[in-house]
Amino acid sequence: FFFPLVKKNSLEPNPPLFTLILMEKLDSLNIVSLKIAFFRNITTTLSEEFLYIVSIYKAEFRQEILKWNGWGYNDSKFIFNKKGQAEFTGKRYRLSGMVLPVLKEWMEKSLGASLEHKITSRAFLNTSDVPPSIVNEEFLQDLRATKISYSQEAEDRVFRAHGHCLHEIFVLREGMFKRIPDIVVWPGCHDDVVKIVELACKHNLCIIPFGGGTSVSSALECPADERRTIVSLDTSQMNRILWIDEKNLTAHIEAGIIGQDLERQLGESGYCTGHEPDSMEFSSLGGWVATRASGMKKNIYGNIEDLVVHIKMVTPRGVIEKSCQVPRMSTGPDIHHFIMGSEGTLGVVTEVTIKIRPIPEYQKYGSVVFPNFDRGVACLREIAKQRCAPASIRLVDNAQFQFGHALKPQVASIFTSFLDGLKKFYITKFKGFDPNELCVATLLFEGDREKVLQHEKQVYDIAAKFGGLAAGEDNGQRGYMLTFVIAYLRDLGLDYYVIGESFETSVPWDRVIDLCRNVKERIVRECKEKGVQFAPFSTCRVTQTYDAGACVYFYFAFNYRGISDPIHVYEQIETAAREEILANGGSLSHHHGVGKLRKQWMKESISDVGLGMLKSVKEYVDPNNIFGNRNLL
Amino acid sequence: MAAAGRSRLGAPMYSQKELTSKKRDEFEDILEERRQSSDLRYAMKCYTPVIYKGLSACKPSAIKNSVLQSEQVQYVIKQLSKEMGESTDIIQEEAIEILDEMGHNLHIGAIRFFAFSLSKIFKRIFQRVCVNEEGIQKLQQAIQEHPVVLLPSHRSYIDFLMLSYLLYTHDLALPVIAAGMDFLGMKIVGELLRRSGAFFMRRTFGGNRLYWAVFAEYVKTMLRNGYAPIEFFLEGTRSRTAKTLTPKFGLLSIVMEPFFKREVFDTYLVPISISYERILEESLYAYELLGVPKPKESTSGLLKARKILSDNFGSIHVYFGQPVSLRTLASGRINRCPYNLVPRHLPQRLSEEIQEFVTDVAYKMELLQIENMVLSPWVLIASVLLQNLPAIDFELLVEKTLWLKGLTQAFGGFLEWPDNLCANKAVTSSLALHSNIVSLVNGQVVLNDVGMEDGATEELVFKQALSILMCGAYRNQLLNVFVRPSLVAVALQMTQSFRKEEIYSCFNFLRDIFSDEFIFFPGIALKDFEEGCFLLTKCDVIQVTPQEILVTERGNSVAVFLAALFRPFMEGYQIISRYLSKETKEAFTEKQFILGIRNFAFQLLEIGMFALCVGAVIPCVCNSLMSN
Repeated sequence: FFFPLVKKNSLEPNPPLFTLILMEKLDSLNIVSLKIAFFRNITTTLSEEFLYIVSIYKAEFRQEILKWNGWGYNDSKFIFNKKGQAEFTGKRYRLSGMVLPVLKEWMEKSLGASLEHKITSRAFLNTSDVPPSIVNEEFLQDLRATKISYSQEAEDRVFRAHGHCLHEIFVLREGMFKRIPDIVVWPGCHDDVVKIVELACKHNLCIIPFGGGTSVSSALECPADERRTIVSLDTSQMNRILWIDEKNLTAHIEAGIIGQDLERQLGESGYCTGHEPDSMEFSSLGGWVATRASGMKKNIYGNIEDLVVHIKMVTPRGVIEKSCQVPRMSTGPDIHHFIMGSEGTLGVVTEVTIKIRPIPEYQKYGSVVFPNFDRGVACLREIAKQRCAPASIRLVDNAQFQFGHALKPQVASIFTSFLDGLKKFYITKFKGFDPNELCVATLLFEGDREKVLQHEKQVYDIAAKFGGLAAGEDNGQRGYMLTFVIAYLRDLGLDYYVIGESFETSVPWDRVIDLCRNVKERIVRECKEKGVQFAPFSTCRVTQTYDAGACVYFYFAFNYRGISDPIHVYEQIETAAREEILANGGSLSHHHGVGKLRKQWMKESISDVGLGMLKSVKEYVDPNNIFGNRNLL
Repeated sequence: MAAAGRSRLGAPMYSQKELTSKKRDEFEDILEERRQSSDLRYAMKCYTPVIYKGLSACKPSAIKNSVLQSEQVQYVIKQLSKEMGESTDIIQEEAIEILDEMGHNLHIGAIRFFAFSLSKIFKRIFQRVCVNEEGIQKLQQAIQEHPVVLLPSHRSYIDFLMLSYLLYTHDLALPVIAAGMDFLGMKIVGELLRRSGAFFMRRTFGGNRLYWAVFAEYVKTMLRNGYAPIEFFLEGTRSRTAKTLTPKFGLLSIVMEPFFKREVFDTYLVPISISYERILEESLYAYELLGVPKPKESTSGLLKARKILSDNFGSIHVYFGQPVSLRTLASGRINRCPYNLVPRHLPQRLSEEIQEFVTDVAYKMELLQIENMVLSPWVLIASVLLQNLPAIDFELLVEKTLWLKGLTQAFGGFLEWPDNLCANKAVTSSLALHSNIVSLVNGQVVLNDVGMEDGATEELVFKQALSILMCGAYRNQLLNVFVRPSLVAVALQMTQSFRKEEIYSCFNFLRDIFSDEFIFFPGIALKDFEEGCFLLTKCDVIQVTPQEILVTERGNSVAVFLAALFRPFMEGYQIISRYLSKETKEAFTEKQFILGIRNFAFQLLEIGMFALCVGAVIPCVCNSLMSN
């Protein structure tokens, strides 16, 4: 009887799992009150005590199904089963529950990892290690008066003290952060945020906005020397779609909504945003705006800056927003561009109007094998030139191609394995591709069926000119699935002395090949110099194409056995890799952002004057540095 | 001159070599094996060199083609066509001609031919050809990793033949060599050289943009593809005086550019020092220095030169230096921005920063060459001899040579004293090897100018000068090692002062004057001074206090010797400045100037001044011209 109620009004939040947990936990409570609790506008009529319980469980909802010391869902992880074979647990992904017979061998061969050398994370957070919460009583009184839920529990605070950089996960596994938020608040709407920011100004506190917590730029790390109370402003409860405008194809949405929820809920009305960053299962709309996110299917839908029509942000100076919802305006520099990429240094994005599209009728994956990376890049360049890139097109290098094979599940039948063998024979023997050179492009087409098929033909025809051979839908689909599970793989690596990370850049077309080669080589060389005893895994893919260049994504991992301070070594190598990117004409970041991790190169990247401009904006908007996460500048 | 005041960015690239006598690699004689086995079999051996890991194999013609099609060359062709109003086809034709004139045609057949004939020749005229095997191994490693640039010293035409021969012997990839156009004048031989990997560059092409573009792209294409190691001479031409010539930067900046633009990950620069106990062209050089023009390279000339086949030219030492990573040199020094903001195929003026860097690298490489240049006993003998003209007692010569040996070793010179031979024998065998220059008459060692007593003064002076010049060329090899302490000694003599400051400023002045004469790393005058002082202190020649420098009693003779070593250069420069201030009134051409100065010097000689100077005059002229 609970579901229909929610379903009826599709604009309301609809997290069925959340509901189940709530029902489990609140078994003893009156179910009718619970129903009412969901409609925020009438919650005020409920008793204080009850509201508190509800808010606690709502807030903890995500935390409960997510790992506290690693990536993603609790139930999904790579393990080695009793037979010593790798397996991906859970039920959420295509790979879930499958045995991956060659992964172990790949790890041994490519990373020198061995099952005998295992190092496990501590199983639970030791709350006694956690820095105490220091919040002054006056503020707490004011906060209680607003009826905005909050927590000073150690688990809640630690959960919001970090993103997913390697060093942050490492700290979670075996150390403790020097500084974490003192208090977590869960505003439920725009007005709540206004109240919190006002209170913060009044009491001189530091606010760090928290969306999905998937940052990989140290953006969420609390500055260790911050003396003021740090308030983690968790936007997760601001997750409603406020309205859908079908005439203009826009939707007005609270910024705390998580990517997959947004797409699912829009989907119920037959729409989508089409914005699919690799982190979309966990990252939030506000986070995308604050970091200038990019989605996999940007070729059709555009990046976040192309999608956003209107933004509302609460700053210490007040609320900033435009007076109308128009496709474009000429009113001086676009104020949205001060907000997008501000990385939580200016305020909290509370509501966003975003473009929506009808869900495409037809989707088709595809893949093309190229004899080598250079040919592949040339083909992508040509496709970009002809402006006929499919929704997504990615080119993975040979190492990543081989890595993809390591994640192939056990083959179901002899027939499939026979087919696989035949394909391999055709490509390597008949076509003469060198298995250690060839690389593969994965494709995703979207639209109406006829056009997709037409489009597909066009792309394959171009590919053929560059020696590309169509390699089937399956390979394509697996390629995209990999991006979602690869983040889980790092946690497996960490158990076996392997640390790794990804980083990205954008680069003009003519420098793509040189940049890829040089950065990979630099990583190998730095590892050697820093005493890493096993050759690192260093691989890249061209992951977005533009008119004037491409986005390149690197994975890098190494086995740190025999190194006393692996994180330090890792950071040195990452810094060297970034230096190499910049020296090769690449950008500081295409979509991950700067955070604190890449701050040191900001001046070089945007010039003294540019940096000064940003600083003066900060100076005006937030003179007391209330939004004191110290990202970017 | 601005050199001293220039402040350089980043970590200093050149730190003085470790002055403690470091362990050097062992040499091995490669002729030994040649003398024991068949040359024919050797020439036909299975040759499978290790190659660059990123090599995309292609034929010489394919390289030419890709050069022609390259954006760089096409861009310049279009530019020129726009400016001159000519069709691109015509300019393209021109580019093809340039390429055809320039391009090498590396062919294993020619290599085998050379392998065979050079074996025969080398065995005949050289006693030993010694190579440091360790250097070869490092080179082999380097060739696989990154594109390699070989930078040998240039004393003889044999240099590049010898290098290719050695690389073939060790199963290493054969280099493509930047050679002067003059070789092309030689029938058959030019073509043969082309087939053995030489490519030809015009001596001057500054103004010709098409030529520059084609040439630069040709070199860079080979480098980027890792087609073959690229070999050229930093000095630009053979040093007639055996002093290392100041580097030329054009080709060096071309081979460095792919790294600056990150078209390659790194580039190895390999300094190679080739030292000859007796230089094949020694008398030729001496004539040239005296104003007899260099004979044009011709095949018939080469055939005439075959009489040298019956001569003995002693040993050759080839030292392959540690490959130097350009990336390491550049780290922290190059601002990446200029290369990021302009498409890479556009011709771009080198920024000042880059020019400075290229200069530094060039000097560093030459200093590394010098460091590993092997000095033979004869170098010491020649130095002693020149200070004891017209004759010296044999016993005294041996004694002084031994003394100089000690000094040279203390200064870090790389002496190769054959098989710990006793001094007597070493000197005797050196004298025998160079019997065209010196002879032993009645226990006295004299230069071979006897019997020329009568005749015009000019002719007499000429003959005398010839021997002195030849001798000087060997002494000069010592100067590279001695220049810093010696200039301190000269400064001491000139200032007649103890005050360190004064001596340093004099040293600095001398260093500036001679900066085109000897190789100094730019901008580190004080370090050079300190090194000179340190070496002198080490040998007990001077004592240095915070304020003063004092010559010790024992050190006086050494100081005098060191100063005398450089006297010819001092005097040479003095004559030139005297000539310039007195004799010249109007503008003059270089040719007039050289003639004038020679006559002026003869006149001075006749009045009996500057007895020793002749040897230094001519080479000084050119250098002083440059520095003025």
